[in-house]
Amino acid sequence: MSDEYENKSGYQAQSSETIHAQSSEAITGGGSGITPDMDYVRPAELPEQDLYHPHSFIEKWVFCQDAKVIGVQYFLTAVFTGVVGLILSWLMRLQLGFPGLAGFITAEHYYQFVTMHGMIMVVYFLTALFLGGFGNYLIPLMVGARDMVFPYVNMLSFWMFFVAVVVLMASFFVPGGPTGAGWTLYPPQTILEGTPGHGWGILLMLISLSLFVIGFTMGGLNYMITILQARTRGMTLMRMPLTVWGIFTATVLAMLAFPALLVSSIMMTLDKLLGTSFFMPTILKAGEVLEYGGGSPILFQHLFWFFGHPEVYIVALPAFGIVSDLISVHARKNIFGYRMMVWAIVGIGALSFFVWAHHMYVSGMNPWFGFFFASTTLIIAVPTAMKVYNWILTLWRGNIRINTVMLWCLGFIVTFVNGGITGIFLGNVSVDVPLSDTYFVVAHFHMVMGIAPLMVIMGAIYHWFPLVAGKMLDEKLGKWHFWITFLGAYSIYFPMHYLGFIGVPRRYYEMYDSPYMTSGVGLNEFISTAAFIVGAAQLFLVFNIIKTMKTGKKAEQNPWKANSLEWYTSTVPPEHGNFGDRLPVVHRWPYDYNVPGAEQDYLPQTAAPSEVAHTEVEKT
Amino acid sequence: MHVGIIFFLIILGSVLFHIFTPWYWTDIASNWQGMDDTITLTFWIGGGVFVAVCLFMIYCLFRYSYKEGRKVEYKPEDKKLEKILTWATTLGIAALLAPGLIIWNQYVNVPKNALEVDVMAWQWGWQYRLPGEDGKLGTTKVTNINDENPFGINIDDPYGRDDILVQSDYINLENNKPVKILLRSIDVLHNWYVPQFRSKMDAVPGIVTFYWFEPNKIGEYEVLCAEYCGVGHYAMRGGVEVQSTEDYSKWLSEQETFQDLIAKKEKLEFESKKLAKNSNLNLNRNIYTEE
Repeated sequence: MSDEYENKSGYQAQSSETIHAQSSEAITGGGSGITPDMDYVRPAELPEQDLYHPHSFIEKWVFCQDAKVIGVQYFLTAVFTGVVGLILSWLMRLQLGFPGLAGFITAEHYYQFVTMHGMIMVVYFLTALFLGGFGNYLIPLMVGARDMVFPYVNMLSFWMFFVAVVVLMASFFVPGGPTGAGWTLYPPQTILEGTPGHGWGILLMLISLSLFVIGFTMGGLNYMITILQARTRGMTLMRMPLTVWGIFTATVLAMLAFPALLVSSIMMTLDKLLGTSFFMPTILKAGEVLEYGGGSPILFQHLFWFFGHPEVYIVALPAFGIVSDLISVHARKNIFGYRMMVWAIVGIGALSFFVWAHHMYVSGMNPWFGFFFASTTLIIAVPTAMKVYNWILTLWRGNIRINTVMLWCLGFIVTFVNGGITGIFLGNVSVDVPLSDTYFVVAHFHMVMGIAPLMVIMGAIYHWFPLVAGKMLDEKLGKWHFWITFLGAYSIYFPMHYLGFIGVPRRYYEMYDSPYMTSGVGLNEFISTAAFIVGAAQLFLVFNIIKTMKTGKKAEQNPWKANSLEWYTSTVPPEHGNFGDRLPVVHRWPYDYNVPGAEQDYLPQTAAPSEVAHTEVEKT
Repeated sequence: MHVGIIFFLIILGSVLFHIFTPWYWTDIASNWQGMDDTITLTFWIGGGVFVAVCLFMIYCLFRYSYKEGRKVEYKPEDKKLEKILTWATTLGIAALLAPGLIIWNQYVNVPKNALEVDVMAWQWGWQYRLPGEDGKLGTTKVTNINDENPFGINIDDPYGRDDILVQSDYINLENNKPVKILLRSIDVLHNWYVPQFRSKMDAVPGIVTFYWFEPNKIGEYEVLCAEYCGVGHYAMRGGVEVQSTEDYSKWLSEQETFQDLIAKKEKLEFESKKLAKNSNLNLNRNIYTEE
């Protein structure tokens, strides 16, 4: 097989050994008797990539082509937008918990805060952070590549994202302010008078989203092709860490879903600027018939959610992957049911394109769609539940380090299961009817795609900080950070579901004195107070990073005793090119912890079968 | 192990909060008890899974926290266990989906005897139209709407003439009589929502959407707009009064029909013209020649 490949491709393998017809899986693996070539791994099919090394400060730190630096750039830019989003949420909670206390928050401002908070957190913070940030940093390291396959395009990707963020932030300063159309941007109101920022604000938002999609496509192609084409020798797909699987699947989803956002942005821009009527029916406003007619507002909702639902998984799948790795490393046990985990990620990704209209049960679309979309939505709960079972089964009979990283993972499991269960309420079409557009929805999606992924991000920061910065973050500060954030966030969103049961609609600037709403006043004050505390508690992380950089303990190589390749670089932190002279060769999956008979409680992916011949390691 | 204890307290607190919460459903006032029941069922099954998963996690924290040299199980897969869990989950999901779909089937099939109510929404207010003696609503068009014809009824449509017009945010409904809400909007998305009725649907400009319910508790309820519709969204409130049959008939008989409105407008116009004619005949001559 390999012979044929060689002839066709015309590449000369680097090694001159005879090429055997068997794949490495058929030969490697201990316990099956020692054969002379048991350490054999198929030779590389492509020559090594040439790297462009920076020659100046600007090439090294600004227009840098090293995926690790680009990852950090993405990370910092995304965190900046996240801080803006956090401040906006404070302002919203100020109005909701203590209406009238801050006189400058008018209804217009409130809706602008709601909109910008939503869009920033979902797209510019979470998506960019997981894929642009963690994706760039971890993919080449984890698959054993020297860099992304298209480093220059990768650099452009970040700068396109940066411009998108600048355009987005500029909308705070244009006449009329940023758009206040709600993050879903439902037309017709989005581009009509009566909505804040219906002039400049919405235009800048649409332009910024389009730029984001263009930039993201450049990055996404890199992530996909690097994972498919640039894996090191022996790194079969089924030996990749779940982090890579999660990021890979999320990127494929993004490639398929973002075009729907791009076209709907363009169509809406045309409606706004040129007076086309893609989404605009005949409208009577202030006694005058507008010059629109025949368009469909529901068409926009279909396009938006065809992007919007996969988007949920674009955020969730990398989080699933990362948390699987963190749990396995810190429970010192192999991830339970790896193949099930991989297929669950892929299955969830595929199914996520068939559930979008569950956001639209009461949108006025043909009500018969409800049967189909309720069924697909609840089916997706099965692979998701399997993942949850596998996480807790990984803890079972493990040897669990209860450190800061593990705490964030545990916090993730609690919030994710909680938010997942409330998703079953909302996905089950007729149960959604009383709850849709109430605070139940707000509580649900914040729990499941706000707090749960945030727990993973924090866990990942504490886990990989030693790799990125070469120093160990302070455990004590980390634990304070965790407990305040977790307890605070849980007490924001858990009781918020009950406001939804009362019937309090979302996106209400002011509740007035409806009897069933006033009963929630005390609860709203409590939630707001908790929100202020949780936001402020993030300073623990900032302080921790500053303190660590100044006086922190230097990290040894591979401080967590992990197996995956990113801990086996030539230097810590890894330099450009990652692995020094020789790329690592992979012989096993990254989850061989506590293998019976092994001397240490971990076997790196690079450990050759002959080194572990005396153990009971299973074939992977 | 203090970590396990804190997590346990969180789970316990969640369950206690759910049992003792003062914030829960408003008393239901429609036929959609089935929605509430499905929610309760979902709470039992879903809540059970949540508690079970978390308790298992907490058990693991107590039982398997780090100890140097602890013997750890090495078992990458367990096909049998995975199969059992998959099927158990599938069953649980099916048990939740089935009642959900049955009730949805009721929700999208409107009873034949339902009273059609045209709910017209705009930024930011509501008005209502009920069928007259012929039991049918006249057809409408957005471009017909003007001061004389606030509902945009097609003048040629014979069904429209006797339609009962309620130019107010408030409407009355008859107790124990199913209502089919026909929603339309003349500008942006809106949603006519009464929490006590449990049901809702968006009003979409350009099309007519619908849903139905049967009010079954006499009383006054607040109407909320449940789809963001611009800066006045939060203030877009209305009201419903559910009345006994006698009270409702009395209220209905006091309402104006489209015919009444046309007649009133014509009378008003006629009088103003007469007035104008008397005061300044010359200036208004062209009006008469037009007619």
